[in-house]
Amino acid sequence: MSTLLRHTPVEITERQALSINPAKTCQPIGAMYASLGIHGCLPHSHGSQGCCAYHRSALTRHYKEPISAGTSSFTEGSSVFGGQSNLLAAIQNMFTVYEPEVIAVHTTCLSETIGDDVPQIVDKADKEGKIPAGKHVVSASTPSYVGSHVTGFANMVKGMIKGLAKPKTKPNGKVNILPGYVEPSDMAEVKRLAKMMGVKTICIPDTSGVTNGPLTGEYKMYPDGGVTVAELQDCSNSKGTIAMGFWASADGARYLDTEYKVPCSILELPIGLGCTDAYVDALRTIAGAAVPKEIEFERGQLVDMISDYHQYFYRKKVALVGDPDQLVALTDFLVSLDMLPIHIVTGSPAGKRFVGKIDEITKDIGYKVNVREHGDMFLLHQWIKQDKPDLIIGNSYAKYIARDEDIPLVRHGFPIVDRVGHQYFPTTGYRGGMRLIEKIVDALLTRTERDAPVETFELVF
Amino acid sequence: MATKSKKPAEITTESLASFKEDVLKKYPPKVARKRSKQFLLNEFQGEDAPLIEANVRTIPGIITMRGCTYAGCKGVILGPTRDIVNITHGPIGCGFYSWLTRRNQTRPDTETSENFIPYAFSTDMNENDIVFGGEKKLKAAIREAYALFKPKAMAIFATCPVGLIGDDVNAVARDMKQELNDQGIDINIFAFSCEGYKGVSQSAGHHIANNQIFTHVVGTSDTVVEGKYRINMLGEYNIGGDAFVIEDLMHRCGITINATFSGNSTYDDFARAHTADLNCIMCHRSINYVAEMMEIKYGIPWIKVNFIGVESTIKSMRKIAEYFGDQELKDKVEQVIAEEMPAVDAALKDIKPRTEGKTAMLFVGGSRAHHYQDLFREMGMTTLAAGYEFAHRDDYEGRKVIPSIKVDADSRNIEELDVHPDPELFKPRKSAEELKALDECGFEFKDYHGMMPDMKPESLVIDDLNQYEADELVKKFRPDVFCAGIKEKFSIQKMGIPMKQLHSYDSGGPYAGFAGAINFYQEIDRLVNTKVWGYMKAPWQKKPELVASYAWNDA
Repeated sequence: MSTLLRHTPVEITERQALSINPAKTCQPIGAMYASLGIHGCLPHSHGSQGCCAYHRSALTRHYKEPISAGTSSFTEGSSVFGGQSNLLAAIQNMFTVYEPEVIAVHTTCLSETIGDDVPQIVDKADKEGKIPAGKHVVSASTPSYVGSHVTGFANMVKGMIKGLAKPKTKPNGKVNILPGYVEPSDMAEVKRLAKMMGVKTICIPDTSGVTNGPLTGEYKMYPDGGVTVAELQDCSNSKGTIAMGFWASADGARYLDTEYKVPCSILELPIGLGCTDAYVDALRTIAGAAVPKEIEFERGQLVDMISDYHQYFYRKKVALVGDPDQLVALTDFLVSLDMLPIHIVTGSPAGKRFVGKIDEITKDIGYKVNVREHGDMFLLHQWIKQDKPDLIIGNSYAKYIARDEDIPLVRHGFPIVDRVGHQYFPTTGYRGGMRLIEKIVDALLTRTERDAPVETFELVF
Repeated sequence: MATKSKKPAEITTESLASFKEDVLKKYPPKVARKRSKQFLLNEFQGEDAPLIEANVRTIPGIITMRGCTYAGCKGVILGPTRDIVNITHGPIGCGFYSWLTRRNQTRPDTETSENFIPYAFSTDMNENDIVFGGEKKLKAAIREAYALFKPKAMAIFATCPVGLIGDDVNAVARDMKQELNDQGIDINIFAFSCEGYKGVSQSAGHHIANNQIFTHVVGTSDTVVEGKYRINMLGEYNIGGDAFVIEDLMHRCGITINATFSGNSTYDDFARAHTADLNCIMCHRSINYVAEMMEIKYGIPWIKVNFIGVESTIKSMRKIAEYFGDQELKDKVEQVIAEEMPAVDAALKDIKPRTEGKTAMLFVGGSRAHHYQDLFREMGMTTLAAGYEFAHRDDYEGRKVIPSIKVDADSRNIEELDVHPDPELFKPRKSAEELKALDECGFEFKDYHGMMPDMKPESLVIDDLNQYEADELVKKFRPDVFCAGIKEKFSIQKMGIPMKQLHSYDSGGPYAGFAGAINFYQEIDRLVNTKVWGYMKAPWQKKPELVASYAWNDA
């Protein structure tokens, strides 16, 4: 059979310099995605226009939605003399032509390398009257040579809080939710659970309704969703903050804690049974709310599904690739199903903390688990060649490996450019857990049926 | 910024002119002044194409369709070549985003032939590399890449920060080539200073890519492929499998494609490109430089061809046959055309009743917005507005304006190679008498007349269209289909207008040649006749407001 990744050898040689088939991308795209979660916000990329074009294309391919963003369109001159005049012109042009409530500026490796000071330029724009009254410009420093798309997201979350939160006035009784780098469907699910408990929330950011909007014949550059400026200004008055995902949300939550004394709990993403339990329990404690029967019912359904299909999970080997927050929660879920997550790669530089968390989750499974942070999909493929799993969970790029090695693939993470559903159906919460199980069972059984000789081709599973 | 759809405006010279006036009102005065020169009614025809400003800087903050120089160099030109290890030197983003698939279809000769297209290689520079320089890391990456893949060639692409910190990618390529050659390894390594900020669009990247391929690869192989009629196909990138269709067509006519730049291409194809007898240019914008340079250095004449659209395909096939002049070839070409036409006629007969009279807008590339108008014409559709993303004036107005194009600071950044006839390899392909005879038959070499003369006077030509203008265009004129790229797709579709991607082809393609034309007819038929656009309003939204309640509810 003709292979796609035909040059990938089984033997692993250490590489110091060459990254092959990356399992991450750069900070600005994460910042752009986070910015879209503010209502009425136009993201702006301060650098040359290719970055902005690439980020808009990648996000559009993933969400199948319009993604608008401005760019400072640096040319050689601006790279030498600084991008101040480009940004000043951009701010003025964007407020005039596109009329946003907020412009969220993120930097690129170009503007960072030449040392543009965005807050100073924004200040100048304000003094020169280029920011209309009642409108806002927030910013985040997101050089592409630091971190990954996940840290870019985290930096913009912090940037929007820093730029818009106002000093404490009177308590609003709400809980801030920092949902992490997840799908709009996941943000909606997290809010739905809180609503069922009667807890009022401020979701920062909130892309639900923005990057999964309806088709109505009307194009809205600023769809109805998103956390509003008023909510962001008010988030210092909340009872507490639940930050989901250490890498995507901890910075913003800690900023609110130190600056405005809003206490924060940093949890894993609520993917799977245990992590969703932790979220619901945290909401209960922080907001002083009871968990309603409806939520217990959903939880019971998930547990029921796990027991009904356990025979297909037990000790099945899984290779995973994705973002650190996603992987920690997914691994926890797989272990709770008695599956064996054996190869785990994140492209993001996530440090010892990531490896430590995975080691802790998998310490009792009785199998040697390969874990790499700041790794790439070339390495993952080599691990897979050495010890073949029954299932791969990863983004669309994992399909090359899945096809070459003939292993079923469940698409999860960013980007998914060849399947639909991630925008609309959550994988967070108990219902999201049920959907993940559906996908995993579907992939495993489709494969079993494909390989079954006629005498074992079963009607009932 | 919300757009509600209204009844389409009539298309008249006046409505188009007032559209321009209305659109420009929204801009700050400086922006309006600049845009007014890039945006015009195609009033004059033929020799008198109006002057349009093109290939000028994008206005900061105006949501542009354009990409960057790196995208043009790595993504467009080198991307489709399967056996070169293309290493992006920079932070991870650029390498990640140019890791593409559908745009870069390729068909290796055997199960084990080299194919690096599904791989993305990057030096993934971190903060340390930016502070202390990345040359060492790049060298190490090249060594690691060689150890793993043993390719015959490697290409290095510089990204924005690399240019700023002063990493000399060309020197690294030279050094590493030497180092490996000294170990007895036959490998070619070359680099591209294609930092994203150079130039004003992807176009600069095409130029940089072509210059380096011409300098480092073309002319390095003596292999001459067998074939009576040997051509190079330039500016064909095998998007959605277009090159496969053209290759098949040429093969059936007995024409040998010696090299394609650069769809489904290989390093060896580039290396022997100088041995062909004719260069055929598809995308004039991205590659006219290579044709010019090959003519000067090796004596290969070039002609403009177009395999998008049945009429254009036929015209191009006949033109190639005319160039070689053999009756045998001419007959073969006619035979192949005759074989293909029944299927084309059948497809048109089927779809035309549903496409006739419909309208299109095209804003894509630096030749595609022109070429695809032929296909729409065949379906009985009118192009209301068109423009390019990264064109120069000659793409709109024709090659005759090239001498009058001002060289500005941004163009000056892009190296112009000084090319002379090669003392050994220069060989005129046609004698003076042959050229004279062709000339007398009206045969045109280097004949690109540009997009504007082919469009109706009642149409709009807009360079570097932006999101606001696209939005206004659709609102006012409600075309039946809009063609652009992925970034534009969904904002157009939210307004209830189907959007066809023509940089890559959505889920469709190929669209070249006869088979491709049939695919395109069917795709457009599907898009302009789908029921989905009728579902946008719920029944209760279509009816007048009515409030009622059952009597027992009030009890």
